[in-house]
Amino acid sequence: MPQMNMVQAINDALRIAMRKDERVVVLGEDVGKVGGVFRVTSGLFDEFGDSRVVDTPLSEGGIIGAAVGMALYGMVPVPEIQFSDFIWPAYDQIVSEVAKYRYRSGGEYTSKMVIRTPVGGGIRGGHYHSQHPEAQFIHVAGLKVVCPSNPYDAKGLLLASISDPDPVLFFEPKRVYRAAKGDVPEGEYTVPLESASVAREGQHVTVIAYGAMLYEAIDAAEKAAAQGVEAEVIDLRTLWPVDIETILTSVKKTGRLVIVHEAPKTCGFGSELLSLVCEKAFYHLEAPPVRVTGYDTPFPYTLEMEYLPLSHRILPALLETARAA
Amino acid sequence: MTSAIESIYTEFASQDDVVRVLKSDGSLDPRLDPGLSAEEAVYLYRHMLLTRLVDERLVTLQRQGRIGFHIGSLGEEATIIGSAFAMRKQDWLFPCYREFGAALLRGFPLQRYFDNMFGNANDPVKGRQMPDHYTCKEAHFGSVSSPIGTQITQAVGFAWAAKIQKHDVVVLSYFGEGATSSNEFHNGLNFAGVFRTPTVFFCRNNGWAISVPIERQTASRSFADKGEAYGVPGVRVDGNDIFAVIAVTREAVRRAAEGQGATLIEAITYRMGGHSTSDDPTRYRDKALLEPWSDRDPLGRLRGYLDRQGLFPEAEELKFRSEVDARLKEAVDVAEKTHAPALETLFDDVYASLPWHLEEQKAELLAGPRAPAPHH
Repeated sequence: MPQMNMVQAINDALRIAMRKDERVVVLGEDVGKVGGVFRVTSGLFDEFGDSRVVDTPLSEGGIIGAAVGMALYGMVPVPEIQFSDFIWPAYDQIVSEVAKYRYRSGGEYTSKMVIRTPVGGGIRGGHYHSQHPEAQFIHVAGLKVVCPSNPYDAKGLLLASISDPDPVLFFEPKRVYRAAKGDVPEGEYTVPLESASVAREGQHVTVIAYGAMLYEAIDAAEKAAAQGVEAEVIDLRTLWPVDIETILTSVKKTGRLVIVHEAPKTCGFGSELLSLVCEKAFYHLEAPPVRVTGYDTPFPYTLEMEYLPLSHRILPALLETARAA
Repeated sequence: MTSAIESIYTEFASQDDVVRVLKSDGSLDPRLDPGLSAEEAVYLYRHMLLTRLVDERLVTLQRQGRIGFHIGSLGEEATIIGSAFAMRKQDWLFPCYREFGAALLRGFPLQRYFDNMFGNANDPVKGRQMPDHYTCKEAHFGSVSSPIGTQITQAVGFAWAAKIQKHDVVVLSYFGEGATSSNEFHNGLNFAGVFRTPTVFFCRNNGWAISVPIERQTASRSFADKGEAYGVPGVRVDGNDIFAVIAVTREAVRRAAEGQGATLIEAITYRMGGHSTSDDPTRYRDKALLEPWSDRDPLGRLRGYLDRQGLFPEAEELKFRSEVDARLKEAVDVAEKTHAPALETLFDDVYASLPWHLEEQKAELLAGPRAPAPHH
């Protein structure tokens, strides 16, 4: 089985989807000849030509607005927003249009597309190349939100996202674009949306993470194991609709919960996860749940490793939660 | 090669750059006469009149508290009916929110429109949007959205997709002159220019964006001028002259279909009513401003042509008016008696199928207490 990194796996998924279905088109800034600033769309322009792999003018609102029109015509656009920090000019189209078309038209029109965009920090990107804005999209009725952590899942989830009938926001953790490597089967396969995976089994405390922070959670879990605490690490994979069963099964087993994400704490996705656990498994909790997240500040440059919820911050939270009486 | 639009533009430069066909004496300028048959001229007049009568009825219903809202097209009927008429059967319209007349002309059933006005169970959008926010795919008519300009880039993407698939389809996007200040106007024209999409940008310049006059939307010489920055030819047309609207729109469709790209049409008209039934234009607009436009009423002007041709005499018009009156009465009766959408439909179509969290919330709604207020 070939070894791939995330970039190669996502590229492979795009190529498979485009070969299989002529309606699939890729559009965005620099996605064509140069193959994207992270090279995720590398080679697609040569294979599929400039009517299916389109370098667009520099306008996120234009990219998503045009993609909506293409979707209404029956195509399956896979637009790329070069950095998720730049997605906001398209927010009106995503919130008011992409997410609402099926509902507001009584099911007559759909605006099916997969918006791919790199997310996350730890790449010396500063404020405008580092943010992780999933919460602003999970809050919007009508969107599905995906964030893989490894090449196998990235390929399988992207293929599942493209064939899913609903619009999907596909967040790609750029810190591990090339660092995360693994076996990736050739050809088509899917990883079902709305299914989390248990990345590490344990019985003392549950840790929920996704994207690049999964590796930090696993690292902290390994260190905790040396101190006799076995953490169960859940990789959400699909953020919304979230796989609540996998979360509840684990929390009911451990009675303790740590949630990790890069985005700021207040009204971050961790708030919703914690509320769901409190509503559905309150009496199983044996210690106050803890969130280890980015701070409620803009994303910093020089001090980014202090801002991010890395292993060194997850470990004490995990031990404290596991040991709380 | 100079396109016909450009030659029209040049030829009429002496008349403030505004294309006109229908003269004040009811005759047509032979240079641009779109060559409508007598039946077509009567058909258009009937549709403009229907549009006006529907408007009047809906305003009355809103004043009576029987519907919540209406956004009408009083005075702008020629821009809407003329442009919709000029599109070919395979073409598509991406509406703003003031073009119900175009939808009806393209085959949107009158009853469905009234169902939408009442938000009942037969409303094509299942009571999920305000009145006048409908959808009719069958009529090749898009989906009405309130945010300004969003349909402009969508019309470009739709036309672009048709072009990629080598389908002979042209897409017209309606918007008001206020929308030319939106991001989407810039994005849409820019993408259309770069990718030469078969799009017709139809700007109804009705003088007002709610209370804000055109001087506060732009310092450009005209709204049509804005096309030049994007490589999209712009043309100004007398929007109360249905013959001119048809001639100019047809030319834009021809250009688009022949691969010459998009056209920006600025149809100059005037919003004779408020922005919507929620607006009170007496707070910001002197009534004297309406007087010159009353003389340019698009129905009156087409009526002048019909009189000169001896078409659709008054007796026929009166008969038509009473037929429309009966149809509207029935449509209102049926729509008003139709029950509200079923409670559980609140959760349909958010996604293709119901995820667990919406299953939970649906069960919660169905098992919970009902709201005290009656549904619309």
